Amino acid sequence: MSLKQKTKELLKRRAIAEQGGGDKAIQKQTAMGKMTARERILALLDKDSFHEYDLFVEHEARDFNMDKKVLHGDGVITGTGTIYGSPVCIYAQDFTVAGGSLGAMHARKITKIMDHSLKMRVPLIGINDSGGARIQEGVNSLAGYGEIFFRNTLASGVIPQISVILGPCAGGAVYSPALTDFVFVVDQISKMFITGPEVIKTVLGEEISMEELGGARVQAEKTGNAHFYAKSEMECFDQIKKLITFIPWNNEQKARAFPPKEPSKEFKIEDIVPSDPKKPYDVRDVIRALVDDSDFFEIQELFAANIVIGFGRINGETVGFVANQPLILAGVLDTDSSDKAARFISYCDAFNIPIVTLEDLPGYLPGVDQEHAGVIRHGAKVLYAYSEATVPKITIILRKAYGGGYIAMNSRHLRADFVFAWPTAEIAVMGPEGAANIIFRKEINEADDPDAMRKLKVEEYKEKFANPYVAAAKGYIDSVIEPETTRRILMHSIEVSANKNVGQPKKKHGIPPF
Amino acid sequence: MEEKAKKPRFKSITVDETTYKTYTTKKFDERKPWEPDNPFKMVTFIPGTILKIFVKEGQEVKKGDTLLILEAMKMENEILAEINAKVKKIHAKVGDKIPKDYLFIEFE
Repeated sequence: MSLKQKTKELLKRRAIAEQGGGDKAIQKQTAMGKMTARERILALLDKDSFHEYDLFVEHEARDFNMDKKVLHGDGVITGTGTIYGSPVCIYAQDFTVAGGSLGAMHARKITKIMDHSLKMRVPLIGINDSGGARIQEGVNSLAGYGEIFFRNTLASGVIPQISVILGPCAGGAVYSPALTDFVFVVDQISKMFITGPEVIKTVLGEEISMEELGGARVQAEKTGNAHFYAKSEMECFDQIKKLITFIPWNNEQKARAFPPKEPSKEFKIEDIVPSDPKKPYDVRDVIRALVDDSDFFEIQELFAANIVIGFGRINGETVGFVANQPLILAGVLDTDSSDKAARFISYCDAFNIPIVTLEDLPGYLPGVDQEHAGVIRHGAKVLYAYSEATVPKITIILRKAYGGGYIAMNSRHLRADFVFAWPTAEIAVMGPEGAANIIFRKEINEADDPDAMRKLKVEEYKEKFANPYVAAAKGYIDSVIEPETTRRILMHSIEVSANKNVGQPKKKHGIPPF
Repeated sequence: MEEKAKKPRFKSITVDETTYKTYTTKKFDERKPWEPDNPFKMVTFIPGTILKIFVKEGQEVKKGDTLLILEAMKMENEILAEINAKVKKIHAKVGDKIPKDYLFIEFE
């Protein structure tokens, strides 16, 4: 056989393998409103950049007549490619091949590309669309999951790991995405749960649909398991591509810098923030007034919206924003918002992204449900994450900074590098009403007109303590700044922090209040 | 968030005696008010099936007596009396599948 003929044979073999589960299965996939695994990879990566490996891998299962079955690529496509020129490793489970079920070789293909991404220090993207463990392969299938989870953990904080849920991802399988940095879901397509509706119905008698139990919206809004929610697969891919532009390839690099751009004139700080600390505003507009091109890339937009997290650029460089959101639940810290913020802070720290904190919160959400849900240990995560972070940390106190919330939100005391306050800032042990009621309890109770006395004392307290100057006098804040100069000051703070180097006591690792 | 931002009405939240105008979340609105445990009302902590009932209405029970067996999560759970009391009403019979937080025995 000539070289030409042999090459022809290769192409023939490749064409067959690339069909995955075949026309009928592909039709079924399309009918569910889903793209095929190959289409997804090609849509996400730069044109002509995808290189596939292990296309000819075959499964080794022998029981239950499996030896007579051909499963092309064993139900998963793996390879490398680029996104806007940045290299990535990728795998996509192919639901058309045995329902994308995970057998031993399927898992080995995934762990092989994971090992490669860790070795080459490039991001890993996993597209999940699988019925779960391949039951015919029994415990070998479970072993495969374990090998994947272990690598997710090993690679955590070294390379960015992105999970895309484009179909079912149920049972043990869902712990791989949970261990990764960012989880993307698509409305009506993503389904994530540990035990499905069937089991729940049989065991517990509770009836619920897959969508209500673990659909995209639920994961993005209620559980916080997902970070990005999209209406379509193409919108989801655009989100992933955008995320890639904000993060570095690995923990030894910085995110790529872009040409600086001024924010849009549309966002004017003085028009956005009311000086009355009881009045709400959308803190995301403040971020848009500060970042390049007013381009703020929000993460977990729907979950615990009382805190806002996401990426933007200052002078061309990626910055992670953590901001209390007075528009939602007055911007309080609670269990969910603490979890959300802490994990993001930890992410930024691992990947050399400076953190800018915009502070405006009345404190922690009061309530039995919060206390019983463990707001103590959840809230502690924020303190831990900020204290542990060694990237440049800058805080801007916009208005309220009361009590424990003030300490938690990257205060000087947690080793913030710079703490600035607007003239509207109120740095105090608690809000004036609460404080006056305690300090002047006797005077108020003994007054002829307690209400009038209370009002008077509240005003007195406000005058004296509800300002940034008490904290400035102690050096707890570095400077009281004009709001309009905030962007310029952020640019400078980041610039002078470029070579930040702080010592840490030697330890294997700390024990965060997970 | 965008959808929430379109909600026309602000609500009030009070922290340390200061009241703030703000929107709330679905989760916040769905909170259940807390109620103290009532030892005279026994509710299920897990859904399951009643396999056996050992007591009758009107019967005096002592703390630690086995009241019934609730099968849940493939385990046969012995449900014991928490107090010395008289069984007032049993809201289940053998074979019933009962949900979580279901009041199944009342004492007096």
